[in-house]
Amino acid sequence: MKVEYTPFHPRWHRPRVPVFWWLRRRSYLLFVLRELSSVFVAWFVVFLLLLVNAVAQGPEDYRRFVDWSATPGLLLLNVVALCFILLHAVTWLFTLSPHAMVVRLRGRRLPPAVIGVGDLVAWMLASALVIFLILG
Amino acid sequence: MEPFLWLLFSAGGVVSALLVPALLFLFGLALPLGWVTPDYTHLSAVLGHPATRVVLLGLCVLALFHWAHRFRYALYDGLQLKHLDRVINLLCYGGALAGSAAAGLLLLT
Repeated sequence: MKVEYTPFHPRWHRPRVPVFWWLRRRSYLLFVLRELSSVFVAWFVVFLLLLVNAVAQGPEDYRRFVDWSATPGLLLLNVVALCFILLHAVTWLFTLSPHAMVVRLRGRRLPPAVIGVGDLVAWMLASALVIFLILG
Repeated sequence: MEPFLWLLFSAGGVVSALLVPALLFLFGLALPLGWVTPDYTHLSAVLGHPATRVVLLGLCVLALFHWAHRFRYALYDGLQLKHLDRVINLLCYGGALAGSAAAGLLLLT
């Protein structure tokens, strides 16, 4: 009998995790909601491109776009999207980046709270600029 | 490749956190509800300006790759679909590439 080499792989111990593991704790749920906010970031890109296209086509198309975005379904979608975008913005600017960014000033690391304040100022300036540009 | 994708994810996270709340509030809520009524010629001039177009393209591309990277991991971990990684990567990064191409075509031509 020919003895062959059989590669043996030990079985890993992997406890089974239920699919909805993230419903068990508030912090887990928040994690998944933050991840899901990216879907609404992508939706915003689609919405923005449709708007820019409608404006470029002429006043008639623009009016039709505004009427379409005022339908209940789309309004609801955009309200939900705005909630998720705000969750993304708040967690990104005030929880993630103050701890992830290492900014050194004269050899010392800036404390996270200072970076958070910087983010807040940047956010307010960017929003003011957007509103100023669009509303003139 | 992974560090590069991570960089796009993180850059997209920053620009969408800074710009999308104001833009979505204005165009998705304030405009259809009639809270603001921007003049069409002004809006058309602002949105048609080459500088605006380039900024918006940057925002779109980074936001799409931000989505791709984050949604990929949401599917991996949230729904435990790590074994489908080929399909998921194709869907996410392929989608972001296609969306970026569409955005470029729409914004720059």
